[in-house]
Amino acid sequence: MSNHAAILETVVAESFAGPSPGELLRRRIRGHAGLLIGALVLALVVLMAFAAPWLAPQDPLAQDLAQRLIPPIWHEQGSWAHPLGTDMLGRDYLSRVIYGSRISLLIGFSVMLISGVIGAVLGIVAGYFGGRTDLAVTYLITVRLSLPVILVALTTVALVGSSLWMVILVLGLLKWDRYTVVLRSATQQVRNLDYVTAARAIGCPTWRIILGEVLPNVSSHLIVVATLEMGSAILLEAALSFLGLGVQPPLPSWGLMISEAKSYMFFSPWLITIPGLALLALVLAINLLGDGVRDVTAPEGRS
Amino acid sequence: MLQYALKRSVLALLVALTVSLVCFLLVNLSTDVATAMAGEGATAEAIDSIRKQYGFDRPLVVRYFDWLGHAAMGNFGDSLYFRTPVSALVAERMPTTMILGTAAIAFALLLSIPLGVLAALKPNSWVDRLTLTIAVIGQAMPTFWFALLLMFLFGVTLKVLPISGSDTWQHFILPSIALGYYATPAIMRLTRSGMLEVLESDYIRTARAKGLRNASVLFKHALRNAVAPVVALAAVQLGFLLGGSVVIETVFALNGLGYLAWEAIVHNDFPVVQAVVLLISLVYIVLTLLSDVANAWLDPRIRIG
Repeated sequence: MSNHAAILETVVAESFAGPSPGELLRRRIRGHAGLLIGALVLALVVLMAFAAPWLAPQDPLAQDLAQRLIPPIWHEQGSWAHPLGTDMLGRDYLSRVIYGSRISLLIGFSVMLISGVIGAVLGIVAGYFGGRTDLAVTYLITVRLSLPVILVALTTVALVGSSLWMVILVLGLLKWDRYTVVLRSATQQVRNLDYVTAARAIGCPTWRIILGEVLPNVSSHLIVVATLEMGSAILLEAALSFLGLGVQPPLPSWGLMISEAKSYMFFSPWLITIPGLALLALVLAINLLGDGVRDVTAPEGRS
Repeated sequence: MLQYALKRSVLALLVALTVSLVCFLLVNLSTDVATAMAGEGATAEAIDSIRKQYGFDRPLVVRYFDWLGHAAMGNFGDSLYFRTPVSALVAERMPTTMILGTAAIAFALLLSIPLGVLAALKPNSWVDRLTLTIAVIGQAMPTFWFALLLMFLFGVTLKVLPISGSDTWQHFILPSIALGYYATPAIMRLTRSGMLEVLESDYIRTARAKGLRNASVLFKHALRNAVAPVVALAAVQLGFLLGGSVVIETVFALNGLGYLAWEAIVHNDFPVVQAVVLLISLVYIVLTLLSDVANAWLDPRIRIG
């Protein structure tokens, strides 16, 4: 009897001795520089997007032809009235860059929601049920991957008429493939684990098994793909807008700003470097965050 | 092996048919082709006559099979904007894009395989960090912006390379780098992880234990095994690059399929758009088929499992 109590005591003591799983996760996050930098930069851009009306010194759409192509402050002719200079229509470039973050984030986030829902449903259904459902979904993925995203998006947007919401819808309907691929295999690994079998054995309805048992256990994969796909959607919107078939003028999309400044780049190179750097910084931050979340949550990253 | 190749080919054919249906529906459901062709402000009679002349009044199914039947024999109709047969246009533009795609993937492989191998040989060294940095930045860089930067640096500031047109081989250098850089992160990461895995395997330990020279272990034993999946990935990436060529060709005014697609999209030239989207998809399907069959030939586990 006393022996039993002693064992129980050590078990209890040991479970309190080590750090809790939550504490371990927090330690891994604190030790991951990429994740922290990515999260910080992304937070700053989100803040910038929300606070745009207070941060931007001027109206991003207001033209002033007397003030065209003023260089940024680090040039000799720069002035504090326009810290990042003005574009060929005399619009304040800093204000346009600040407002541009709203478009990139809106597109990235909305496309992520639409394609994430489509992709996750397809992937989890294919992985959980297997058999013919799985074959059908795999076939769908193969067809989707065979179609060149940019060309199909360009064509559709051009035919239906380009607008911010059209770009979001088309990209959302096109970019679900990676969610499906990743969630399908993640679900396959989970579906025959003991807790899922147990839920099935006690007569749990299928939709509750999927929502209550499968989804929470593949959610870390979902978050990682969603983050990386958000970055990729932002780059695609920039490319579409750059080609003139995405977001339409006078909206300050970073891709569109580069496109409009293309013919001025030889004499006023800052017009393309500034929005390009903004795009690079935002997508880099999102990707670092996504890679970081994967390293922190995946078991193989826990060395 | 033959059975696997056959099964895989049937699948590719099915996918190709589905893709052709998507290409057709994409154009015909997104807009009313006759109205778009007639242009703005056209009368109802003008639209109707176009509808009759081009056979747009027939049911969608009939039109699809009609288009598919002609397409299978290389007849995609006439371009509405260039006023020449689509097949001739495509044949004229295809070589430029093929050269661009091949040069871009060659650049990507030449950059990423050596770096990936070096990174795997010395994990956490400066080469490894450099490789990781190139990969991370490559994934976040807007391709068209990188292209403009290259243009600015080599064409305008240093004045060593032409920045627009497709007349000489020098015209292909900057576009190939801009397009190829897009494929490097994936190839680099796969080379590095494949090499790391192979270097830890038993047969490498055996090769070292029997006293083979380091170079011989690396090139004859390790690299050969690590590189097979990389080649498969490169084939798939080449397909993606051809799809992405529309951006790069437009930036550099390179007269290939991508530029043709952009011109056709801007001018509502439906027959050309359908043909180019279908063609680039078909190239991708063939490339993945070849890479799958090649992989199965190299690795029996795939064709049996």
